[in-house]
Amino acid sequence: MPPSPDNKFPRDHYLNATYGIRSWLLTTDHKRIALLYLISVTFFFFIGGILATLIRIHLLTPSGALVTPETYNKLFTMHGVAMIFFFLIPSIPAVLGNFLIPMMIGAKDLAFPKINLLSWYIYIVGGCFVLYSFSTGGLDTGWTFYTPLSSVYSNSAVTPAVIGIFINGFSSILTGLNFIVTIHTMRAPGMTWFRLPLFAWAHYATSLVMILGTPVVAITLLLAGLERMFHLGFFNPAMGGDPILFQHLFWFYSHPAVYIMILPSMGVISEIIPTFARKPIFGYSFIAGSSIAIAVIGFLVWAHHMFVTGESTYAALTFSFLSYLVAIPSAVKVFNWTSTLYKGSISWDAPMLYALGFIGLFTIGGLTGLFLACLGLDIHIHDTYFVIAHFHYIMVGGAVMGYVGGLHFWWPKITGKLYPEALSRIAAITLFVGFNLTFFPQFILGYLGMPRRYHSYPPEFQVLNVLSTAGASILAIGYLLPMIYLTWSMRYGKVAGQNPWPATGLEWKTDSPPPTENFHVTPQVDWEPYDYNNRPDLGLAAGRPLAPAHGDD
Amino acid sequence: MGRRGALVSEHVVSPKIYVVVLLALLLGTFLTVEAALRDFGPWNIVIALAIASAKAILVILFFMHARYSPKRTHLVIVSAAFWLIILLALTATDYVKRPSEQSRLAPPAAFYRV
Amino acid sequence: MHRTGELYGQFETLEQQKESAQLGMWIFLVTEVLFFGGLFLTYAVNRHLYFTAFGIGGNMLDLRLGTTNTVVLIASSFTMAMSVWSAQTSRKKLLPVCLILTLVLGGVFLGIKYVEYKQKFDHHLIPGHSFDLTYRINHPAPTDDPKELAAERKEIEEAARHEDPAEPENGLIALNAHAQLYFSLYFGMTGLHALHMIVGAGLLIWVIRESFKGRFSASYNTPIEVVGLYWHFVDVVWIYLFALLYLINRHAV
Repeated sequence: MPPSPDNKFPRDHYLNATYGIRSWLLTTDHKRIALLYLISVTFFFFIGGILATLIRIHLLTPSGALVTPETYNKLFTMHGVAMIFFFLIPSIPAVLGNFLIPMMIGAKDLAFPKINLLSWYIYIVGGCFVLYSFSTGGLDTGWTFYTPLSSVYSNSAVTPAVIGIFINGFSSILTGLNFIVTIHTMRAPGMTWFRLPLFAWAHYATSLVMILGTPVVAITLLLAGLERMFHLGFFNPAMGGDPILFQHLFWFYSHPAVYIMILPSMGVISEIIPTFARKPIFGYSFIAGSSIAIAVIGFLVWAHHMFVTGESTYAALTFSFLSYLVAIPSAVKVFNWTSTLYKGSISWDAPMLYALGFIGLFTIGGLTGLFLACLGLDIHIHDTYFVIAHFHYIMVGGAVMGYVGGLHFWWPKITGKLYPEALSRIAAITLFVGFNLTFFPQFILGYLGMPRRYHSYPPEFQVLNVLSTAGASILAIGYLLPMIYLTWSMRYGKVAGQNPWPATGLEWKTDSPPPTENFHVTPQVDWEPYDYNNRPDLGLAAGRPLAPAHGDD
Repeated sequence: MGRRGALVSEHVVSPKIYVVVLLALLLGTFLTVEAALRDFGPWNIVIALAIASAKAILVILFFMHARYSPKRTHLVIVSAAFWLIILLALTATDYVKRPSEQSRLAPPAAFYRV
Repeated sequence: MHRTGELYGQFETLEQQKESAQLGMWIFLVTEVLFFGGLFLTYAVNRHLYFTAFGIGGNMLDLRLGTTNTVVLIASSFTMAMSVWSAQTSRKKLLPVCLILTLVLGGVFLGIKYVEYKQKFDHHLIPGHSFDLTYRINHPAPTDDPKELAAERKEIEEAARHEDPAEPENGLIALNAHAQLYFSLYFGMTGLHALHMIVGAGLLIWVIRESFKGRFSASYNTPIEVVGLYWHFVDVVWIYLFALLYLINRHAV
């Protein structure tokens, strides 16, 4: 295989530049902040995962013998809140985006490094409020906080949770603001918009959604919290208020939020596929444009969550039609990724396995979204396990697989070490199998009519529920394995060198781990992205035999 | 470097323009209050919002230097307005088709007073 | 702390730094537009549903104080723009004067807001247990104009009848409930706006202090510009609040 230009582990890099806890907690280095986020989001992933485990164990039997119905309501609510607001939304942007965006554009850091650190602290404060809520009575309103249950009748710790999510919203907003300004003003000479990696385009689009949507959910939760504290009446029918208004305001953000969760993951896939197919990506400008299209159209579809809650039929028709439109740019991406694979030289490294899994699972999740967007069909499958399966296919089969795949792809850059290749492939396959076993039965359950958010179910559904729980245990192993071997690799892994795969992004032209200032000399960019046919500096040139990409050999 | 050591991207707006805008804003305030005291039926709210928007546009263009800013700034401003409109307009598709007070009841006689 | 014209490490040029600061503030203002936007939507929906109650509530606001506040804030926007001009043309003596004028006008605005809020408190118009639309007409103060109160009484009674033609007493309860929605929004929207003004005042105090040290000139005035953008935005929000809250249901037959 063509040797990497530099196989050595650098003497000075961002991890050993300064020592001590203060140098980490007061850092303004985007790479260190990314690792701070990595630790925090993993913590909340554990919390959400434990809650999911309890849910699945409880659902092993039809009458649900593990917890009381009230506690069951708290389990699924807290699982949703922890996973959505404190894991999925920050995950790729705050960990991989923070680490990579400056390097990908040839900058020394983000535009506002102190604001970057502030956004992590805001996340922590928000998280503390929510943990306080979880531990002093929990939350039983559903992660959607529908009124008047959340604002009037619930006896659970709604107020601190709402405060925590409100605060956390600003973490998201500041991250998005930082990315947009950085991508506009901090690109290295020669890094034009259409030479940007698609990961950067994806994060730009994500940041647009963060900026435009998060403030609305902030004011909504503020109003709901004020209603609860001061008995105002905006969303309480008994006082003349309108619960549907809450839902409009809530979903105006929360639907685009799902695009915050998936767009970065799509960006990761767009980086992985060309590397392990050894081909330039097919349709670069279409993928870039579709990211922006998803961000924009994604704001026009929110009331498809409200088809059966009382909105007017006229609105329902409008939103149903718009929801079909939003699938188109996503489909464009899937076609382009698949076309990239065609006649490529495929390697089966772990990141590629995750990326391929993403394409299949995201497609299933996305198509089932169209089932739900159909008004007539939604009347039957709304609030059933069909919805749960749909969004877990996208969120877990899509977003989380992209996140884990991205962690694997860039792990050598972040740590300078390689993880054990064979074990990583086993883990990827385990995750894929476990995931499908967990969630495919839920499509069937939903179709057969099992409602969501119920602590019990008719006995004829037990077999499918047991299958789902069995799958969850395999899925758990699929998550735990990388946590173990990635941590192990930091100490015992082989040295990665600058560019182990090799890949064509700018971030691979500096040391692994990178120096604090990212590049010893500001790069001048004069090549096109994903140019796998023409990068002699990486040993990639037309006419040479294409070598498969490799992790450790 | 530009005039008097200013950065190239600087746009120095003359105080004369600021004074003209100030007078226009004060005039707009006067007009909108006067219009509110007269009965134009359902057009009252339209006139009030139209004058408010004209005042806002003057502040944005001249006081906030939007007129002298790069196209990117224009895109940012238009996006903010557009997204606000999406929020209001698409939600309206729900509420216009549901009963409101105006469709249920006729306004009372003493509703209008000086 | 950052000194005049000093380049932060992550930037290559002062130009890039200034560009980033301006773009950053504009994007932050976009988030503020959507933040207030949620409240505007809530107002729009509730006004559509409870037109009469919102009209009554709007009439209870003091138009003279509201108009004065609008004029004060517009003037403060003018002095803020003049501050930016002073900094851009290196008029180091004029700059703090304009900034202080802006701050003073902002203070006047907040003072008048306080007077208005106190009036509402005295008239039992704060949403909550003691909210009562009829308090003022049933407990007139010596300074109140009897004709005005009589007109208001007539208006409230008609509105109550209108809310529930069969049971006027229920109508008054319903009117009180819907008017409470109006006042919740009134305090919510103007309160959030006032909070933003207080933050703006804090920012002004910071740049005033720096301007006394002579930090700003033609070659470096980004903080003044950026604070100016924020201040003007707060003015724009008030322009819309004034129209929506104070100017409805004012017309004569």
